[in-house]
Amino acid sequence: MVEWTAAERRHVEAVWSKIDIDVCGPLALQRCLIVYPWTQRYFGSFGDLSTDAAIMGNPKVAKHGVVALTGLRTALDHMDEIKSTYAALSVLHSEKLHVDPDNFRLLCECLTIVVAGKMGKKLSPEMQAAWQKYLCAVVSALGRQYH
Amino acid sequence: MSLSSKQKATVKDFFSKMSTRSDDIGAEALSRLVAVYPQTKSYFSHWKDASPGSAPVRKHGITIMGGVYDAVGKIDDLKGGLLSLSELHAFMLRVDPVNFKLLAHCMLVCMSMIFPEEFTPQVHAAVDKFLAQLALALAEKYR
Repeated sequence: MVEWTAAERRHVEAVWSKIDIDVCGPLALQRCLIVYPWTQRYFGSFGDLSTDAAIMGNPKVAKHGVVALTGLRTALDHMDEIKSTYAALSVLHSEKLHVDPDNFRLLCECLTIVVAGKMGKKLSPEMQAAWQKYLCAVVSALGRQYH
Repeated sequence: MSLSSKQKATVKDFFSKMSTRSDDIGAEALSRLVAVYPQTKSYFSHWKDASPGSAPVRKHGITIMGGVYDAVGKIDDLKGGLLSLSELHAFMLRVDPVNFKLLAHCMLVCMSMIFPEEFTPQVHAAVDKFLAQLALALAEKYR
């Protein structure tokens, strides 16, 4: 189980309090699809992803960005049981969606960069450390049921 | 994943915009590296204080950023241009190349923090590729 100090819990909560999921979710997913174009392989049914402009304007991408970020936020209310919280989602991503788990890491890198852009220097090194530890724990839980 | 001429231009343009804040970005990036990835402090055991924001960390971050700027000038031949730096890292410093990726991530975070409008997904993609190419060139002489 992941151990959290009181300071780390505060840092993670502080970062989430600065995130507007409806804004940051789409931005993170758009950035992921643009910076790591091979991630587009999972979104064949989303319509036009042929240019950066198409990705930025695609309503399905925006909607799914909100879904993904909402899912990432779930752990905030279950920080001491992250593995079990994401067990079903892990099975879904493995058995049904067939997503290479390395993509979770790529999306989280893009999310951190979006958050950094919104928070500027208010995202201290200690906050960034706690935030990335949180994302690592979620990514690990999401990959756990793959076999 | 080599850089297109458009991406090279994007990198040069962004680094030029960034130049007034490059010391700050270098210092912040190394501070974040040791904060977020504490195992990287193992390379700085000879410093009295390797904590985030400490004087030696900030100073060395500025040195590293200077090296990155130098590499921007050699963007058309990174392997050739960075030969002696590669030898330094391979035979003397022996930094595990996995850490280049970790520092690159921290640099991207700092660029996004300090230039949120300019660090668009397109700039992000080009700079990410450039830093990956730089890391490869630095690791060229390792084995």
